[in-house]
Formats: sequence, structure tokens, C-alpha cells
Amino acid sequence: MQITRRGFLTMTGAVGGGVALSTLGINLNPVRAYAEELDKMQRVKIAKQTTTTCCYCSCGCGLICSVDKGTGKIINIEGDADHPINEGALCAKGSGFFQMTEANEHRLRKVLYRGPGGDKWEEKDWEWALPRMARLIKDTRDKNFIKHNAKGELVNRCEAIGHYGSSNVDNEECWLITTMARALGIVYMDHQARVCHSPSVGALAESFGRGSMTNHYIDMQNADVILIMGSNMAENHPMGFRWVTKAQERGAKVIHVDPRFTRTSARCDFHVPLRSGTDIAFLGGMISYIIENQKYFKEYVLNYTHASFIVDESFYFKDGLYSGYDAGKRKYNKDTWVYEYEANGIPRRDMTLAHPRCVFQLMRAHYSRYTLDKVSSITGVSKENLLKVYEIYSSTGVPGKAGTECYALGWTQHTVGVENIRAMTLVQMLLGNVGIAGGGINAMRGEPNVQGSTDHAILYHILPGYLKTPSASLDTLEKYLTKYTPVSHDPKSANYYSNYPKFMVSLLKSWFDAKATKENDFGYSWLPKMDDGKHYSTMHMFDKMYEGKIKGFFCIGADNAVSSPNTGKVRKGLEKLDWLIGENIFDNETYQFWQAPGVDTKNIKTEVFLLPASASMEKEGSISNSGRWVQWKQKACDGPDQCIPVGEIEIKIMQAVKDLYAREGGVQPEPILNLYWDYLDKDGHFSATKTAQRINGVFLEDTVIEDKTKGTQTLYKKGQLVPGFGNLQADGKTACGNWCYSGSYTADGINKMMSRGKEDPTGLGLFPNWAFAWPVGRRILYNRCSVDLNGKPYNPKRKLLEWKGDKWVGDVPDGPWPPQALEGGKYPFIMQRDGLGAFFGQGMADGPFPEHYEPLEGPLTRNPMSSQLINPAIEIFSSDRDKIERASEKFPYVITTYSCTEHWCSGALTRWQSWLLEAQPEQYIEIGDVLAKEKGIKNGARVKVSSVRGSVTAVAMVTQRLKPFIIEGKTVHQVGMPFNYGWLFPGDNKDDSTNFLTPTVGCANTFCPEYKAFMVNVEKA
Amino acid sequence: MSTKPELVKLIDTTLCTACRGCQVACKQWNEMPGLRTKQTGTYQNPPDLQWNTWTLIRFQEYLDENKKIHWLFRKDGCMHCTDAACVKVCPSGALHYTPLKTVGLDRNKCIGCKECVAACPFHIPRYNASTDKVYKCDLCYTRLTEGLPPACVKSCPTGALTIGEKNKMIKKAYARVKQLGGDANVYGDKFVDGTHVIYVLQYKPEVYDELPVKPSVPLSVVIWKDLLKPLSLLGAGGVVAGSFVHYMLHGPKAPPPEGTNEAGKTEGGE
Repeated sequence: MQITRRGFLTMTGAVGGGVALSTLGINLNPVRAYAEELDKMQRVKIAKQTTTTCCYCSCGCGLICSVDKGTGKIINIEGDADHPINEGALCAKGSGFFQMTEANEHRLRKVLYRGPGGDKWEEKDWEWALPRMARLIKDTRDKNFIKHNAKGELVNRCEAIGHYGSSNVDNEECWLITTMARALGIVYMDHQARVCHSPSVGALAESFGRGSMTNHYIDMQNADVILIMGSNMAENHPMGFRWVTKAQERGAKVIHVDPRFTRTSARCDFHVPLRSGTDIAFLGGMISYIIENQKYFKEYVLNYTHASFIVDESFYFKDGLYSGYDAGKRKYNKDTWVYEYEANGIPRRDMTLAHPRCVFQLMRAHYSRYTLDKVSSITGVSKENLLKVYEIYSSTGVPGKAGTECYALGWTQHTVGVENIRAMTLVQMLLGNVGIAGGGINAMRGEPNVQGSTDHAILYHILPGYLKTPSASLDTLEKYLTKYTPVSHDPKSANYYSNYPKFMVSLLKSWFDAKATKENDFGYSWLPKMDDGKHYSTMHMFDKMYEGKIKGFFCIGADNAVSSPNTGKVRKGLEKLDWLIGENIFDNETYQFWQAPGVDTKNIKTEVFLLPASASMEKEGSISNSGRWVQWKQKACDGPDQCIPVGEIEIKIMQAVKDLYAREGGVQPEPILNLYWDYLDKDGHFSATKTAQRINGVFLEDTVIEDKTKGTQTLYKKGQLVPGFGNLQADGKTACGNWCYSGSYTADGINKMMSRGKEDPTGLGLFPNWAFAWPVGRRILYNRCSVDLNGKPYNPKRKLLEWKGDKWVGDVPDGPWPPQALEGGKYPFIMQRDGLGAFFGQGMADGPFPEHYEPLEGPLTRNPMSSQLINPAIEIFSSDRDKIERASEKFPYVITTYSCTEHWCSGALTRWQSWLLEAQPEQYIEIGDVLAKEKGIKNGARVKVSSVRGSVTAVAMVTQRLKPFIIEGKTVHQVGMPFNYGWLFPGDNKDDSTNFLTPTVGCANTFCPEYKAFMVNVEKA
Repeated sequence: MSTKPELVKLIDTTLCTACRGCQVACKQWNEMPGLRTKQTGTYQNPPDLQWNTWTLIRFQEYLDENKKIHWLFRKDGCMHCTDAACVKVCPSGALHYTPLKTVGLDRNKCIGCKECVAACPFHIPRYNASTDKVYKCDLCYTRLTEGLPPACVKSCPTGALTIGEKNKMIKKAYARVKQLGGDANVYGDKFVDGTHVIYVLQYKPEVYDELPVKPSVPLSVVIWKDLLKPLSLLGAGGVVAGSFVHYMLHGPKAPPPEGTNEAGKTEGGE
């Protein structure tokens, strides 16, 4: 008898047409009838089956919801056996999906309101809430709108309204959120990406041209060596680890470098413990090892990277600082971080790599300082272990081998977050691992749609499609486009961002439609502008909120009171709001901040609206996993009672605001009145399809597209969908909400995000017909690096791409042009101005080469590498709640904070689910047995954990998996805590958010908070 | 009539990441609740199998002879023995062998006597006082009969859990053990006439928490059920037969007048 994962719970077979029992040769007589169990099986068999995508970690697993046709309610949820990534499997969170449906009594069902000074929720409804919220939004905006800044520049922004969230809603909803926020003039807008993978975008874009995971989960099976560093993959990306396991079955070596020995370490070939916050030292040593032992793939380095570029002689590095540093401003002037140029405007190169100022030699000199002794003393890793890792990993520097790196928040959540990742990009480019099957940098994002929410830019510093938010000094569209449209004189560089104007104008048209004209700069002046050099990230927002400067706050699908750093400061800030609008499926500590322990409820005047949202499986729409797969979810059933999708909430709130401005007028009403806002279906409900099509792009008038290479002309009629971003126009003929997603529909209106093709012609797990991958279906980025200059695959056993005669075969080539050496050929990193992989990061805030700096709060008083103890370019916050205490006897232990498999992020979704809570019931702190003995702490006892900013309680988990390090000759203990718990629920103990301990400080480039390395004390409670 | 396939579920502990997908999937499928537990300094929760927890991942930190740290994960649950002590002792027939040779549990028939709880060499069945019934994994019998894998097997991300035809699975287990080398071994195929849930273990069985090294049907159960009960039935049958014969031969026996001595008859067996 064949037992397979598929059975009848598939979408391809006849739904409900299970295999007849008799054909299995089993005589199932009612002799053994299990009334309840047969009922469940029979119920599931005859139910309607719909597909959905998991709403947790970003692996993008497929699930099947069985919906009872009689009641319309979900009765079972399990894995989709047809899905290529999980093939029916699910981790604990996915397996427990059923407890997110209305079967969970804790689901929000009604509009809730808390009035000023109130101590409980009142039940209201939409009719009551919408006008009230619109009134508050308009009044706050009108009262606090800033038309011109202090310099007299037109900025059209409102700094008194903040916005956070969400990575947990669908793409179409993300896009509506970002659109609405810009139209309102909000600049303090951010979401989970900020505290998750914002550094990935900064780092990967700098090195390669695009900020996203280069390969994808299934591709990991193709690797020969997998380095898991900066990640606890088996716990936080369990389905990603499925593909690591498959690589192991094929003989791959898997290495885990992590401060703790975790469930991931248990399944790797070996585990190397290192002190939290020292990854650059570790990787710096590896870079040096690769260069000095000639492990790099020379042909690749020469031809696909800019290693041969010669840097200007005014550039230097000395004692921890690069040229151009302004200590007063804590900023670099990057004018010296430039190349020498030939007369024709192309960077000067030395293809022998011998010139002392070529990038290669500068890099070599820089990392020669990372000797084994130094690295070992900083990281606490034995020299033996260092060499072991370096040797095994660098063995992939040959064409027949692939090495991949899997990381997540272990690298991003540091003041050197971007540089941690950049360091690995240097390793991977040296080894020729970028753009090949089984290679790349696998940035495993943490939320189901944080890739999408980042793509759609619910972030202060970018616009949808990674365009830049305009700054005040760029007062015309032309100035803005000139600044951000890169220019290259090298005919071999595709320099694809030269199409920037097409993307930007199409975006503006999608927002303002007919109201955006060439005459008014397509509405450019209506966009809120940032002040030059200023930042408006999450930490900045809560800093302002703490000062009382932010009056209104949207908190969508998030729980800042648990997840943002320095919880004490955050919660005090919330108390100063006039209003808070929350949208979620469960209540949480942020929405009930007015009831938190120790809070003076009756003196908090904030009006709080908690709006009940439909859960992920209760609405259709697309979400993008970390591998850039954009998958369309079906709607299984309606949300309970008053629940509606976040998209619909946004549409209705904005419509109510629009109506107010239309009736009353107000301050700077243009961006609101002129906003194109037609996203409801004919029944007045949110239409994900209408929104998705707008995002994809549409021709606003009949347009003829010429393809010069093919010599064709195609006429697209007004209203037809744009089949790919190559068709976008800079003259206003096209509207496109996000050029990256262009091509998710065909011109004939077929939604590619819905495809479920199981073909895998290359055998590498690309699945080109499953869903849509951006850009334009490409599964592995930079894949032109997988072939030599003539288009011949470097590894004939893993043919990702091949130039056959006159065309490419395999994955969608990263740029349709011929191979580099042929006529019309281009360099492989087409989004880079110079077309090549970049070791030298000209755009980085803290230096062109990653350099080890100690965490803001660390155990040392001196940085062994230089006189710069901490990252010289990080922003320091200075409120009375921003105390720091480093190298102190009062807080002597290094702590890292993280998640676990069973809970997700702040626990605001998972703590309400009894199956998951049962498995991980209370907050714990992992303490090494040596330290526990010293302090007399017993396993299972409650302890008090404190930093200079606050303290919390937790249960001590005394373990042999954490051992002390020897750092610069002294013993340093490392401890760790999850951040998944808060006071609100289950509420039967006094433990509260781990983030009471963390500092308000973050990455110098992207402000991702340093949750992963600071100092605490632990004592018996 | 086609042959009934005999299935074996293989738990390869060397592939398990303890993600608890199986632990939750079991509850989801079987509609069992999650109850409030306490953090006692371990990832293992609930602390033991319970009436509402039919499979449990056991976490164990282990130092090998070189003092190297390992973290052992073992999915605990019904072994579905071929010679099942619980089926032997169950007075109501609630516990029974299914056509697939798994051990099924019909809770409608369970009378809550807890004999199975005492008899099981693996300490699996768990009693719930409020329902007065016993609970355990039934290898998702109703899913198997529909050609679907058990919920736990389906959920496993790394393939630590697989299910298939018995001989194939045993062969697979031994091949894996050979690949692993060292002390790796197969656990289950040699006890209680072979179990339908077998393990690949990295270390010897004695290393693992709560894992009996030489599980067997308890001697008392063997004596009771395999020896004494048949004898008793024989004996009981003998009493009935003897009474009949006596009646035939001697007619009904009237009690003697008061004061007369009378030798009683001893009853045999039970």
C-alpha cells in the first residue's frame, strides 16, 4: 500500500474524492468504528479544500484549509503536500494554524474602544469608529502639518503621526498602507523589517545591487558546504532546514557558528561557539585566509567583481577610521571613497590585481590585521575551530563546488548589522559562490510577508520598489531623478537602475493617476520629504514619542510594547499619545498599554481603537516569502463577526479622511484629494485583485512598445496590464505601484502568482511555474555568474544557466543580453552602476570594508582591533532612558535575545494558542552551568535579569549548551533569552518583555536595533 | 482478497530537530487541547505524555565520552507492539489490533480500569480522571485507511518520520545505522515480537531518558493472560461440565438436614 503525503488533500485531484477503501484491500467493518474519529476524517473528506500560505517565518509553506460546506467554518488545517517547499510538512507553528481561526476564543471579533482615562474596552462598531478615527487623523494632521522646514524647503509632512506595521499582511494591503501613509504626509513610518532584515537590504544592495535573498530555500539542497552563522535555522526557519537536511543527504557539510548550542547545532556536522557581536572578526579572519591561501576563484573575481578597480589615493584607513570622518557629527564624508577613472569615464582597473590601491590589495591589507590570534581573542573561538571552519568553507572556491551561507537576525540585529552581512558577501564573491545553484547569501527573513512589505516600502527611507524617499533639498522631480539615476559610461554595464525615472513616474501615476501630470511633476511635490541627513526609523519615532512630539500612532499587525527595544521608553511614549489605532487578530500589550503593570491608567488620555482584522486564511491576496516567491492565497472563509481584512480597514479609514477633506477643506489637501483610491469590489469589499493589478502596472492609454533588439512593435491598449517592467514609461503612460512586481500578471490578465506548476526542468528545484518570483520570474539572482565569459556553465553538474547558440537556457537569465565576452554581452550584476560585484562599499555609513567594532554595550573597554571601541557612525540617543553601562561589574554578562520554534516574534499571535503555549509556556533565560553554579542558580528557579535600563523576571534554564568564553584573557559569560513573552497573556506570572533590557541603538546604516549583544546581570529573584 | 499491508513508522532521531511539528500536528488532527504548563528549566513540555498529549519530544543534554555536548531529541509515543501488553490486559476489548497490525483504542469501550497503564512496558497509555478513559496514539488509523500518512509523519520537516511497508522500513533503518556508524542502532524490531514504531538511535538505548532497554510484556501479564487465564477457563469449563455430569448421574442434590456434616466442593481456577 502506498502511503504518500498527498492522499486526497490536494488541489489537483478531485476534491473530496478520496481513495475508495476497498481498493486498499482493507475491510473496515463497523466492528471498530471510532465515532469521533471517523467523523473527523469523513468531515474533512467532504469539506471544501482551499490553499493558503503560512503566516509565520517566511519559508512560505503551503497549507490546506478544509472548510465545512454547511457551516462555512474551517475544521482542519494541515500541510499542502503539493507545495514544493514544504511538501506537506509543517513546523509547530504551521501545524497549529487551526488555532488562529475563529475556533480560538481569543480572536478579536468586535471593534473595541478605550476612552481617555478608561480602564476597559468598550464594544463599538465600524459605523461609530470610522468617523471618529477620521476626525482624529484630520485634526492631528491639520494642526501639526509642516509645509516648509526651518531651511524654508517645501517638505509637506506631518511628524506628529507615527506608523508601524505590518509584515504580516498581504502585499496588496502593504501597498495600500504605504500609499495611504505617504498621502497623509507621514514620515515616521516603519514596520517589522526595520528590526529584522533592514541591514540585509543595505548590505546586499551595496555588494550585489539588490537587497534580497539571492537564492531560495529549496536551492540549499544543491550546496556542498552550508555555513549557518547568524541564524538558528532549525528553530526559526524549520522548513528552510528541511533543504539543509536534503543537502546533508547528498553529502554536504553543515557548520553552525553561534553563541549557543541550539537545536540547529544538534543537527549540524559541528558547532562553533562564538561571543555574540564578534562575527566580523570571525569573517575577517576567513577573508584573510582565503586571500593568503589563494582559495579564491580568480577568474570570477577578475571578471565578475570590481576587485581590479583602483581606488583614489586620497582614501585611507587608519586605526579604526576611514578617511573623511567627522567625530562631532559621527558621520563620514565619503568624497575620498572613490575610484580613479580613465578619460572615457570608466573606472581604472588593474587586471593583474597587483596595484597597491586596487580594491583587491586594499582588502587584503585590511584583513591581514585579522590574525588568528587576534580573532581568537576577540571571538572566544579556538584557533583550531577557526581554521577548521575556514578550511572547509573555502574549499568551495572552485567551480565544481558551491557554498552557501544562511543567516537571519543573528547578523542583522547589531550596530554593525550591515557590515556583518557585507563581510560574508566579500567571502562569497571571493569564492565565486554568488549567482550559482547551492550558493549565494540566504538572508532568511522572519515574517511571512516581510519581503513584500519591504518591497512595498512600509519604511521611511524608501518608496515601493526600493526607490528612495525624497529629501527636502531635492525640490523638483528632475533634481531627484538626477540624483538617484546612476550613470555608467561602460557599455558592458547594464546599469539597470538607469531606468529609475520610468519606475518613479509610473509609481506616481499609480498614486495620483490623472491628477499627476508632467506639468505638476507628476505630483512629486505632494510627497512628504525627509530633512537631509535626518532619519525617521522606529527608534527615532519612539524617541520622539517619548518626548511627547507624536500625537497619533497606527500600530498594524504588530506589538511594539514587546518587540521594540527599550520597552520602558516605548511604553512611556505610548502613554503620551492622543490616539492609537490598532488593527490585529488578537489583543496585545501595545493596544492595552494603558493597563500595563505599574501604569497610571486614569491619567492616560489616549483614545485607543482596536479594530478586528481578518486572519491570513480569511482573505485572498499574495505574500512574498524570503526567496522572493510571490504566492497567492485563497480565502477559506470569512473572518468572524466584525472582522474585515486590513486592506479594507485602510481603504475605509482613508476614504473617511478623504470625505472630510472634500467637505471641509484643510491643510495641504492635494495629496489626499488627488489620491487614486478605487480598490473596492462591486460589493464594497476590499479587492486584492484590483490592488494587485495596480501594483503590477497598467497602461493608462494606448501605448506602442518598441523592442529594438527584436525589431518588433507591440500595441497595448488602455487598461491592459503591463507584462513586465521593461514596458514602463517615464512619460506618464503607465501606472505601476511597484516595478519589481511588474510581470506578476500577463498582459492578458492571468495572475501568475496563482500558478501551481510542478515542473522542474533543470532538476535544481527552481520550479519556474510555481507562483511568481520577482524579478520577472528569476529564481536565482545574478545567475550569469554561474557561467564563464562565453556562457558555458562553470559546473556542468548544476547547470543553472547555459548559453546555447543564441539564447539562454535554464533559469530566467539576470539580464537577457549575451554572455560577457560576446558582442552585446554585459557584466552580471546588472543593478550595480558598474555592473560588477562590489567589495568596496562606497555607500556604507560606517566604511567601505567591514571592520570589527565592539557592541555599544560590551564586556571590553578596549577594541583589540583599533582605538575605536564602538562603531563610529552609529547614532546615539540621549534621553534619560538611554543609559549605557559597558564593561561593568554590575552588568557583567553578554546577553543575546532571540525567538524559539514554538513562538513567533513578540508572541502576540502564538501566546494565545494553547498548543504552542503548552510547549513553551513561560519566559526563560538560558544560563551556562558554570555561571549558574557560581551564582547559586538552580534549574527551574525564577531569576531577575537586569540591565542598566530595566529588569524582568524569567525562569532559569541551566544548560551545558552555553559555556564561558575567554575574551582578551578574561572569562566572559554569555546568556540568552527569548523575547516572546509579555504581561498581557497568559498573565499568570509577572514576567514581562525581555526588551526592557535592550538599548535604543542600532545599525549605523539601517537602524536595526542591537538586540543581540548587550550586558546584563542575573540574580536569584 | 488482497494482503493487508503491515506498516512500520520509523523515527530517525538523528534527523529530528525537535521542532514539535509532530507534537502539535497530533493535537490538531485528534482535536486534543493544549493545557497550561510550567517552565521547569527545559524545552520539554508538557513534561510527560498525558491524556491530551499522545506524542512528546523528549529533550536530553548528553555528554559523550569525550565530554562533547550533544542534545538528544526523542519522539515518545505508542510503539504499536506486535505482542501488545495493553491489548492482552484490556478487559473490554477497547485496545485491539487493527487490520493494519497497529494497536487501536476504541474509547467508547474503555472502562477506565487502567490495567493497560500498568502493563505497558513503554509507559504509554495515559488516564484522564474526568472522562474516566485512557488515551494514546493510534497511528492515525483513519488516515492510514484513506492512504494518508499519520499527522506526525506528514508534518515532519526533515523526514525524521517516515512510514512504509514493514520490511522496507526495517531495511531502511539498518542502512541508516550502518551509515551513521559508532553506537548507532535500531530499536524496536526485536522486542515484543517487533514494534510497528521503530527508532534509529545515535547512542545505545541505555543513554536515553525513559527508554526501556529490554522492554517486554510484564511477566505477571504473561502468567495471568497466557497461562492462568486459559487454565482458569479450562477450569471454569471443567466446573460446568462436572456439574452437568453430576446432575445427570445423581440428580439435584438436596441439602442435608440440620446438623449433618457436608463436604463442600472446591472450585478450581478463578
